[in-house]
Amino acid sequence: MELYRVPVQIVPRPGILDPQGAAVVGALKTLGFASVVDVRIGRFLTVDVDADSAEAATLIVQRMCEKLLANPVIEDFALEAPRVQPRGKS
Amino acid sequence: MKFGIVTFPGSNGDYDAYHAAAEALGEEAVYLWHKDHDLKDSDVVILPGGFSYGDYLRAGAIARFSPIMTEVVAHAKRGAPILAICNGFQVACEAGLLPGALMRNISRRFISRVVTVRVENATSMFTHEYFAAQVLRLPIAHGDGRYIADPDVIASLEDDGRVAFRYSAPDGSIGDAYNVNGSVNSIAGILNESGNVLGLMPHPERAVDPLLGVPDGLGLFHSLLAGVAA
Repeated sequence: MELYRVPVQIVPRPGILDPQGAAVVGALKTLGFASVVDVRIGRFLTVDVDADSAEAATLIVQRMCEKLLANPVIEDFALEAPRVQPRGKS
Repeated sequence: MKFGIVTFPGSNGDYDAYHAAAEALGEEAVYLWHKDHDLKDSDVVILPGGFSYGDYLRAGAIARFSPIMTEVVAHAKRGAPILAICNGFQVACEAGLLPGALMRNISRRFISRVVTVRVENATSMFTHEYFAAQVLRLPIAHGDGRYIADPDVIASLEDDGRVAFRYSAPDGSIGDAYNVNGSVNSIAGILNESGNVLGLMPHPERAVDPLLGVPDGLGLFHSLLAGVAA
């Protein structure tokens, strides 16, 4: 068993209005970043899991996303490649 | 009739719901602890407002896995009434009792004030004491109340008369100016397919006493009383 760290990105689904992102677009334009077109605000999680392989770690976190971490009505999620994590460090 | 009111860690509308059932209606009411598996023979289950589990992750996302929710879902499947208010509405959506989701208000602000809502369905077990298109004054207090669902879900809600309440002007007209949180089609409350689960963002349980304003929420509780007792 290794300890794997699986990074997870959760963002509002395309077409879903994101008022926070819209506010940040406004602030960026005020600051002079005229080229900004869109900002979507989601969340970034790292999930540490014990697993036999990177593939197994990905599968477990995928199930976590489907069951709890993301709401498929409003959010999409994407997993990054798991990294082996030294134990006892966060 | 017996009202069971679920208390999650972070619920703050449970006492108001108890007051509405026990004092305003004069019916039996009990609190149901989130860790229990016992509905204590309640006829109606109320999922109250508040900030269950601190709204961590998403409003209602963690509360739906509380032990009591297994019983609440089973109660709903038996056709028994579930009244899901504010955070309770969010929990009901996360639990799959109702379709869609509730997102951050379009203004990004927490809104706490009395609003006007129009009764869209005056035949459900929760609303038959109102008349169609009646305008109610009800308080809201939420940061995540913008109702959203896939277009086909919205279409079926509209076609099947499952939109129970809509945010409206005092004269009943609908428009962006009165759509307080930016909900799709100004939706303030919806029914499930069988009509025994109502989710709404406004707080009828905080509008049952003339001392606190207009008791427009009473009709909802009287509807339940008349409907289920019959």
